[in-house]
Amino acid sequence: MTIASSSPPSRLPLGGAEGAGTKSRTRRARSRESQGDGRLAAVFIAPAMLGFLVFLLWPTLRGIYLSFTRFNLLTPAQWVGLDNYVRMVHDPIFWDSLKVTVEYVVINIGVQTVAALAIAVLLQRLTQSAMLRGIVLTPYLMSNVVAGLVWLWILDTQLGIGNEIISAVGFDRIPFLNDETWAIPTIALINVWRHVGYTALLLFAGLQAIPNDVYEAARVDGASEWRMFWRITMPLLRPVLAVVLIMTVIGSFQVFDTVAVTTAGGPANATNVLQYYIYGSAFGRFQFGYASAMSVALLVVLSAITVLQYRLTRAGQTDLG
Amino acid sequence: MAAVTTTTTGIRPVRRRFSVGRAAAWTVMGLIVLITALPFYWILRTALSSNAGLNADPANPLPVGLTTSGFERALGLQSAKEAIAQGGAGGGLDFWRYLLNSVIVSTLITGCQIFFSAMAAYAFARLRWRGRDKVFGLFLAGLMVPTIFTLLPNFVLIKQLHLVDSLLGIALPSLFMTPFAVFFLRQFFMNIPGEIEEAALLDGAGKIKIFFRVVLPMASTPIITLSVLTYITSWNDYFWPLMVSYSDSSRVLTVALAIFRAQTPATGVDWSGLTAATLIAALPMLVLFACFARRIVSSIGFTGIK
Repeated sequence: MTIASSSPPSRLPLGGAEGAGTKSRTRRARSRESQGDGRLAAVFIAPAMLGFLVFLLWPTLRGIYLSFTRFNLLTPAQWVGLDNYVRMVHDPIFWDSLKVTVEYVVINIGVQTVAALAIAVLLQRLTQSAMLRGIVLTPYLMSNVVAGLVWLWILDTQLGIGNEIISAVGFDRIPFLNDETWAIPTIALINVWRHVGYTALLLFAGLQAIPNDVYEAARVDGASEWRMFWRITMPLLRPVLAVVLIMTVIGSFQVFDTVAVTTAGGPANATNVLQYYIYGSAFGRFQFGYASAMSVALLVVLSAITVLQYRLTRAGQTDLG
Repeated sequence: MAAVTTTTTGIRPVRRRFSVGRAAAWTVMGLIVLITALPFYWILRTALSSNAGLNADPANPLPVGLTTSGFERALGLQSAKEAIAQGGAGGGLDFWRYLLNSVIVSTLITGCQIFFSAMAAYAFARLRWRGRDKVFGLFLAGLMVPTIFTLLPNFVLIKQLHLVDSLLGIALPSLFMTPFAVFFLRQFFMNIPGEIEEAALLDGAGKIKIFFRVVLPMASTPIITLSVLTYITSWNDYFWPLMVSYSDSSRVLTVALAIFRAQTPATGVDWSGLTAATLIAALPMLVLFACFARRIVSSIGFTGIK
């Protein structure tokens, strides 16, 4: 990411201490120090490196390998070439789950971004209250499972207060999670509820970086809040907004918990999101190879989206300063 | 005018006379707070109601038939017969055990991950060694790999290590590091002035001592923030524990809660018990957050990359 470039160039010579005899005392001392650092660094890095290699790098490579195999955990993986990918391309359920996932992401990210932006701007322009920020963040402390259950209850067709209100106002009760058209938007909004506060705080932090003078100057010129939002806030926030968007989209594509606890993929596969389908293939039908191939597909989709978003939003550049 | 509005605590909104716009903005803010907070009240109200009462009067803003039997059921304090009579599943659920499991797993992950990540971050930020930036770049690249991608192969690995259905199996993959934690702490360590380190070196302290006595204490705020966020993340994790644990011995609260939900009768859900269980599962994080809220809220901007 952009932050990598902020690391200073490594300044120290990495030549050994050999041949230091003719050099001055200070230089010898310094080169001895760099030697010592090397050994110490190895010790300090070792646990993290172990974790990185064993639980991040190796599984990534292995996941790619497994996607070319037939593997059910019981017998050794059997190389089948592109079979899993061919199957995936011809699997209507896969395409369907991809479609459902995209639908979820569009609703989830669309609503969440607008709402988070609104909250962030209100927090900045209206009040800086830390307590309000704390309240807004509370749902983020809940697990997806808890958030799912909370809303499962509130939206229950028979007894949920949500439907009680809807029927009191005079509308028909809505089977939010049991209806093919309502289920995905409902799950998307539940996750907006859980995540919007966190996203808002990230944007709020970005807003804090905009100098107040700019607003003052605009106000002196007689600009309205609305105009200032479009002419100052949005352009200056764009780089932060772009990074936040990339992050939330990637997270959004991996929706699983809420689906698992509310609809379990139903009704009639209407909420069978990609990650749920992958989980079912692996642990329901023990098709680890096929599940891995779908994971690779998800990885490719996510990488493509990241690159695209990064390009489109020119996330690396800033308008500030 | 600018001088009036700029205070030492940062940018302050301008105090202005009443306007329709501001009133509307406050109304929206109030609405947001309501949507955020009301579900929590509703869960509490339901957990303190009886199932019979909920059926009779679903819209009552107060608990209907005030009782703690929902909590008793969630905590497994009721006999199966009692539980079924009050709308529960009557299945054995040992919430104290799941609570303990969650505490063990989250504490283990948070403690080890932050410590090992801090060590690595120190090596990346303050030590000089060959290939440092290249290795750090590799770690950073790890940020790009979505979790879902490593989950299946990691499950296969944990299974081969015979650690399936153990607390260690749940904790192991995130025990050593996350690229994010390393990156996050490195940023702070890099900002510690070199003079402090040099002064300690002159006093005869070694680099190890500097790490423990100087660098770690100086970075206590980011470390606490990161710890709380890591604790919340591991406490709330569902997918990985669901894959790895099969029995009570390694079941954590999130998984237990989902099972509680699945066990509850399809017709006539035990809402009282379910919401009580939900509260029990959520409460520890609310308390944890309440303790550190101010610090976290003010430093969350920095965690923007998570």
